[in-house]
Amino acid sequence: MRPFSYQRASDAPSALRALQGAAADNIPLTEASAQPLAGGTTLIDLMKLDVMRPQTVVDINPLSASWSAISLDGGNLRLGALARMSDVAANPEVQRQYPVVADTLKLAASAQLRNMATLGGNVLQRTRCSYFRDVSYGNCNKRHPGSGCAALQGFNRTHAVLGASDQCIATYPGDLAQALIALDAVVEITGRSGVRSVPFAQLHKLPGQNPQLETTLVPGELISAFTIAGRWPRSVYVKARDRQSYEFALAAAAVALDVQNGMVQDARVALGGVATIPWRAREAEALLKGQKFDDGLAQRAAEAAFSAAKGSQHNTFKITLGKQVVARALHQAAAMEV
Amino acid sequence: MTDPIDSRALPLFNFSRRKFIAAAAGTAAAPLAARAAGEAPSSAVAADPAAPVDLSMRVNGVNKALNVDARTTVLDALREHIGLNGTKKGCDHGQCGACTVLIGGRRVLSCLTLALSAQGEDILTIEGLAKGQQLHPMQQAFVDQDAFQCGYCTPGQIMSALGCVHEGHAGNDDDIRESMSGNLCRCAAYPNIVAAIRQAAPAMASEQKKG
Repeated sequence: MRPFSYQRASDAPSALRALQGAAADNIPLTEASAQPLAGGTTLIDLMKLDVMRPQTVVDINPLSASWSAISLDGGNLRLGALARMSDVAANPEVQRQYPVVADTLKLAASAQLRNMATLGGNVLQRTRCSYFRDVSYGNCNKRHPGSGCAALQGFNRTHAVLGASDQCIATYPGDLAQALIALDAVVEITGRSGVRSVPFAQLHKLPGQNPQLETTLVPGELISAFTIAGRWPRSVYVKARDRQSYEFALAAAAVALDVQNGMVQDARVALGGVATIPWRAREAEALLKGQKFDDGLAQRAAEAAFSAAKGSQHNTFKITLGKQVVARALHQAAAMEV
Repeated sequence: MTDPIDSRALPLFNFSRRKFIAAAAGTAAAPLAARAAGEAPSSAVAADPAAPVDLSMRVNGVNKALNVDARTTVLDALREHIGLNGTKKGCDHGQCGACTVLIGGRRVLSCLTLALSAQGEDILTIEGLAKGQQLHPMQQAFVDQDAFQCGYCTPGQIMSALGCVHEGHAGNDDDIRESMSGNLCRCAAYPNIVAAIRQAAPAMASEQKKG
């Protein structure tokens, strides 16, 4: 790990000052010379790998006092960005009213990592693409824009089948983000000029020609909270992986349904483990809405969710697997007693 | 045929590996401990990022003042600077669980936690569990159930197992396995680790009642 100077932020303004002061406008957020430290489960790991090389680490954990609350007010859920994954997963109201949120957290990482990692850090988790994580590969457009993508012609079994470009096929690795995008969560972002709110779907950027630009956050901004309007008791997360626990998704689906008298009034479907960013499957949702739920409908929705999918040499199995995961998640959600 | 080298005749081999490592670590840590002594701990911001910084850690109820590189993790601080090498370094990337300790009562990975950011927290390591010669119920259960072979992952397993019980996931074998999935054991002592946690959970509950 390269040397860095450590700053412990006493409050939000001092954290934002430290982060913005060291940031240049023309470089990606993830390359900014000052990086915020929350749980550290991504940042310290990537610093040890020499993938991230901040000169200043700004410890924002003292902000937990005001940024880690879990509250349900007037039917809306508000999750502080510094809430730990394990605390949110164990919250009885989250489990009851937003099971998909609790599921994504419970099925992610290990107990120790969930005790450390925060929600804000989790949604910004960097890809697990092994060519990104191994700096001995020179050609990674995320690390060195314009250098090429080693995964395109390399071993790409875990890579994305949706949202990829000819510059990057790295999979977005997280789980919580699928629940948040499915439930139309809003991201509250605190910057030096105040607080702005954006739909979760606008947080992550497709790789396109600039895979190094992963989010719409700018240096000097921090995610301070997520909010979800309404309640989604009929919701689940199904995650298929190489082993039963402590593994990233090969294919996952976050599903939330509103079913009245057997008819689907509203449907939310988001995909994990298969796309370059948290992926909302709106084609599947459109197919489900207003229809009577049955197995045929679930299968057609699953097909629709992957209609734009494009496999690479080693990962086409994800398209088949992903459809089955979507269908299973739809069945599980439809069968829930709420 | 006789052994050409009688190892018993060589004094070096009378020195056990553990004693040798302990002695070597002690020598290495001594100058640092001497430098840190008497200096007021603070969360200093170093102008030169490579310059050592002062920090204090509370480990097993004892305050430790250190003067270390800002890059030092809790794991390296424990092992290299405080001389508590019960906590093990496996992968050093948060994947194996060997370095698990309790910080603020929660099980976390000491290899991904900066010592600087753990200041002011209570850190509990494997060395802090026994009361004199009296093993903690979880330690005793690991012995009783033969829950290890080589023993390298064991301190992390035991600290993680405490978290598993505290978090209420020791009720059945499936729950224990899921809750302990962050601790790898290459000797595959998993069935016995599950049995140890099943044994220790009620003993911990009754100890807690006794206060």
